[in-house]
Amino acid sequence: FYLTPSQVNSILKANEYSFKVPEFDGKNVSSVLGFDSNQLPANAPIEDRRSAATCLQTRGMLLGVFDGHAGCACAQAVSERLFYYIAVSLLPHETLLEIENAVENGRALLPILQWHKHPNDYFSKEASKLYFNSLRTYWQELIDLNSGETTDVREALINAFKRLDNDISLEAQVGDPNSFLNYLVLRVAFSGATACVAHVDGVDLHIANTGDSRAMLGVQEEDGSWSAVNLSYDHNAQNEHEVERVKMEHPKSEEKSLVKQDRLLGLLMPFRAFGDVKFKWSIELQKRVVESGPDQLNDNEYTKFIPPNYHTPPYLTAEPEVIHHKLRPQDKFLVLATDGLWETMHRQDVARIVGEYLTGVHHQQPIAVGGYKVTLGQMHGLLTERRARISSVFEDQNAATHLIRHAVGNNEFGTVDHERLSKMLSLPEELARMYRDDITIIVVQFNSHVIGAYQNEE
Amino acid sequence: AAGMFLRLLSDIQWRAAHPKWRVSSQRSTSTTAEPHPVSLPAQAQVVICGGGIMGTSVAYHLSKMGWKDIVLLEQGRLAAGTTRFCAGIVSTARPVSIELKMAHYSNKLYQQLEQETGVQTGYMKTGSISLAQTQDRLISLKRIASSLNVMGIPCEIISPKKVLQLHPLINIHDLVGAMYVPEDALVSSANVSLALATAASRNGVQIHERTTVSHVTIQKGQVTGVETDRGRIQCDYFVNCAGQWAYELGHSGEEPVHIPLHACEHFYLLTHPLQEPLSSSLPTVVDPDGRIYIRNWQGGILSGGFEKNPKPLFTEGRNQLEIQNLQEDWDHFGPLLSALLRRMPGLEALQIMQLVNCPESFTPDMRCIMGESPTARGYFVLAGMNSAGISYGGGAGKYLAEWIVNGYPSENVWPLDLKRFGTLQSSRTFLRHRVMEVMPLMCDLKVPRWDFQTGRQLRTSPLYDRLDAQGARWMEKHGFERVKYFVPPGSDLLDLDHSKTFYKPDWFDIVGSEVKCCKEAVCVIDMSSFTKFEISSTGDQALESLQYLFSNDLDVPVGHVVHTGMLNEKGGYENDCSIARLSKRSFFMISPTDQQVHCWAWLKNRLPDDSNLVIEDVTWKYTALNLIGPRAVDVLSELSYAPMTAEHFPSLFCKEMSVGYANGIRVMSITHTGEPGFVLYIPIEYALHVYNEVMNMGQKYGIRNAGYYALRSLRIEKFFAFWGQDLDAFTTPMECGREFQVKLDKGMQFLGQEVLLEQKQNGVYKRFTMFILEDHDTDMDLWPWWGEPIFRNGRYVGKTTSSAYSYTLERHVCLGFVHHYDEKTGEELVVTTDFINQGEYEIDIAGQRFQAKAKLYPFSSLFTQRRRKDEVELSGYQRE
Repeated sequence: FYLTPSQVNSILKANEYSFKVPEFDGKNVSSVLGFDSNQLPANAPIEDRRSAATCLQTRGMLLGVFDGHAGCACAQAVSERLFYYIAVSLLPHETLLEIENAVENGRALLPILQWHKHPNDYFSKEASKLYFNSLRTYWQELIDLNSGETTDVREALINAFKRLDNDISLEAQVGDPNSFLNYLVLRVAFSGATACVAHVDGVDLHIANTGDSRAMLGVQEEDGSWSAVNLSYDHNAQNEHEVERVKMEHPKSEEKSLVKQDRLLGLLMPFRAFGDVKFKWSIELQKRVVESGPDQLNDNEYTKFIPPNYHTPPYLTAEPEVIHHKLRPQDKFLVLATDGLWETMHRQDVARIVGEYLTGVHHQQPIAVGGYKVTLGQMHGLLTERRARISSVFEDQNAATHLIRHAVGNNEFGTVDHERLSKMLSLPEELARMYRDDITIIVVQFNSHVIGAYQNEE
Repeated sequence: AAGMFLRLLSDIQWRAAHPKWRVSSQRSTSTTAEPHPVSLPAQAQVVICGGGIMGTSVAYHLSKMGWKDIVLLEQGRLAAGTTRFCAGIVSTARPVSIELKMAHYSNKLYQQLEQETGVQTGYMKTGSISLAQTQDRLISLKRIASSLNVMGIPCEIISPKKVLQLHPLINIHDLVGAMYVPEDALVSSANVSLALATAASRNGVQIHERTTVSHVTIQKGQVTGVETDRGRIQCDYFVNCAGQWAYELGHSGEEPVHIPLHACEHFYLLTHPLQEPLSSSLPTVVDPDGRIYIRNWQGGILSGGFEKNPKPLFTEGRNQLEIQNLQEDWDHFGPLLSALLRRMPGLEALQIMQLVNCPESFTPDMRCIMGESPTARGYFVLAGMNSAGISYGGGAGKYLAEWIVNGYPSENVWPLDLKRFGTLQSSRTFLRHRVMEVMPLMCDLKVPRWDFQTGRQLRTSPLYDRLDAQGARWMEKHGFERVKYFVPPGSDLLDLDHSKTFYKPDWFDIVGSEVKCCKEAVCVIDMSSFTKFEISSTGDQALESLQYLFSNDLDVPVGHVVHTGMLNEKGGYENDCSIARLSKRSFFMISPTDQQVHCWAWLKNRLPDDSNLVIEDVTWKYTALNLIGPRAVDVLSELSYAPMTAEHFPSLFCKEMSVGYANGIRVMSITHTGEPGFVLYIPIEYALHVYNEVMNMGQKYGIRNAGYYALRSLRIEKFFAFWGQDLDAFTTPMECGREFQVKLDKGMQFLGQEVLLEQKQNGVYKRFTMFILEDHDTDMDLWPWWGEPIFRNGRYVGKTTSSAYSYTLERHVCLGFVHHYDEKTGEELVVTTDFINQGEYEIDIAGQRFQAKAKLYPFSSLFTQRRRKDEVELSGYQRE
């Protein structure tokens, strides 16, 4: 049985979201024009998460994709909390004081982030108080630490990642009197999540990556063609440096058991992650927490299971690798995506598909014959091709959706095959995960005019 | 455009050869010292604004008719607007008869213009082929072919094979046939315009380029002069030939003249020559199903079309964009290019020269705009050519010149008259939306009874929603929504697109049942769209004026209704009205919907300027309900507690009475169909109440709603003529059997009297006749519409003007005029009763002839009531 094209479309578009940076006086002064995002589940429920927000007390915009494993609890928590940690890390001392004073005196808090969320992107209400208290502790420490130095984005990102992972770990160790919350914090800590986050401020683009999601820059060459520039390194067994790092951190005796079957301790694909306390805590701590924890946790074979050859924890870290890139006018867009996309598509194809999509939508130049020699037949061919492109482009109003359509539906010739698309999307839940992974994509479009102007200033 | 180079060449030569030319402007191409502009005259009899094909044609014809004191003003250069860019195709294949005549005349004029003026016009008789991809298209071509043939214009329906012989490049595989018009031609339109200007200039017309008219001054409803950027010219007549700027120019003065037209971008393609250059005598190809036309052009082709999604422009007025700067839009042209390559696949390798963007102006009903302003005497207009400017140019200029010189053209031009429009068609939003529908219609198949879909629901009756909820299907006249018929609940009519047919329409049975109800019980038709005037005076002024303007005797007892023509000096119908004498000194006048502007202007210009004589347009004040049928009398008497029988309420009577709770309802015992019944003129706030009362009370008498299609069938089977369809300014009452509505002896003179007297004595040259189709199969054969040629003993004698299926006779009825042309000389002879009765008749529907029986009087069996002879509505006044 086949899905009709409109059924396919409604599946593909169910989670799509677009944000356009508002203009002032008819001008967009931000280096970001806006972004499109979407996700297609393979797991039920989906374990990927995505976040996007504008920093209100500092400049810049934050975007991130989070790929959960062993459940979605950790990815969910990170998607809610990480940007607050980053934003707080970036805040100047005075603002931190101001915020703390407001909380102290029960005054209205300065808003820190403006979220750009799809209706399906939820925040857990129950944990908000707990999360807030942890965050407050963090900024209180920052206030006490007052280094007097201006905040470095790289540092802020690294600190935020590490601090959040630490808080996740601590909350699970301390527990919560509320049994629901108690179970929640444990689930967060025992599941895991990778994170790939972009911070864009003017021409300064920082990518902080933990795990095997990926950030890729789409560059338009002078001849109009598209190329891809990686702005992150995958933290997995394919990354020699990463394998090297893990080996350096543990005694020589463990060298053979550290990476087995391309997995950390033979179990975990990503070599860096949030949560996953099973790869971070000592065996004693794990046993104590599980035993004192709720029954659901105790009955869970996975949580009780101790990884083999577990001698010198921690084996896993949430510390990100940060790459800084100065945006240039030819840098047209950034793709953040979980490994579900990268498994099926080469980055070069991603760059081309998104590039052609974006230019097709926004820059379809009118044709002028001018002094060229063009025959009626050539013109007809050209127009037919343009029409075909427009019609397939107009099917998707969202670059991320367009990319997912290609990722799932591409045949061996690199064009979308409806039959294949229909088959892939109509797989039963239990089979879907065997053929594809959750896919989450954010496509950020840059404002070349503003970037060009920045460049001229410098 | 390459057309421009051509033009410049001829232009320069021509100027050198004709020093009489008044160069009042700088030539941009010239590097020598600028000649001083010739100053404008202080006054002239006629000032024409616009140096395109229309302006120069009007100047040419006016000067030919002996008028010399004429100034033509052009804001830029002569023939530099749409005229310069237009494709130069002279095509006579036009569905509207008057347009066909104009194009035919233009063709003849252009043919001899080069010889007359010495200016090369590029005239080339190539012929044209109109292709049909479908049977329906072929039917529409056959209808045109019939009307071309009877006008003596050679024209042939040909097979696809023959098409290939005429034009070797055409792909004929998807064709079912074509129409070949061998005398159609190509011209260089700019040069035609220059040739006309040359001749006009020789005849004394002053031409001033680079002179912009800012506005026209009007005093007391009369043109007094024009203001230009180079000074003022006093004049008696002003002619607005400003093309797509005509609307704005009309609005520039203190008293606006509404000229409803709107520009759309129009694209055509020019190519380099073919390897073996195309012959310049190759016929022009029109492929309406592909929406394109293709002509030979300098060894290559010129091909344009009318796309489904036109791009209107200049909605906010001029100065947004100069014509010269309009962009080529290949993506927009794509579908037309596909159609071109499908039609001529051999052109694939042909090299493109240019895509020309040439805006054209379009009008709300796809017909051009000509005539005098209803509000400003001496203000004439000729514009809105719907992309056929070069085809119409000659003829249109001639008719307008005749109009100015003689007071009216030599042909009936009502379908083109500016006064068919009012202020209501002048909204920019309306025009923008409407022209987006009109431009694609240039190529769309036009089947009988098609309606415009845009610009609707502008004027409506207060009952609109009620009727709509009961299944009403609507058409529009002069902006007013009127019911065609009511679709009974649950009945499954095809939607609009599918019901397009030249054969029996899908509403056939629905209208049949409405007609039956009118005959046997009672129906209600909302007829609120009629134009309604009240004319009253303090003394006898109203009666005296109307007695002069109307041919029937209006000095009747109060409460009587009179059917009468409003005739012109030649005895022709300017309007056809029902006038009720409300009191000694006031009259209530009902006339057709589209008479609102024309009739008002006619009366305003002819009624004495007397503050004691008041004329008021009360159209909007009354809702009109027509109760048709034998039980109407029962419904009304129950609702009013008043006896309504013939003794108390005779036919052609008018009385104010109460209906239900509502008082002051004007009830008239006429139905415009010959059936018994009444029309109720209801002050609008009572409309819903009265309608509800009538429907409730009528229930037991079997009342139902009906629409205009039923009315139309009823009136045509009874041989009732309808103004605007059957009657026009060139038809007298004597010619349509209405002598009884003319009172030659009413004791005072009236307009048209002399002509009618003369006709009474010497006979008429055409006669309105009813035809009953004999061997016509309603289910299988093509239906008549109007404009079908009538043959008597195998010879052409005239055309039908309307037709309908008579559910009573179970036959088609056509109405039309029979002429008597001398068999040898073609001279028009008197048409006698014997001439009509002693012929064998045939009606030509799309080339197929059907036998028809001619009648000069309706079937008396159709009239259910016997009445006093002079009261009979028989061939009386009626309209739809």
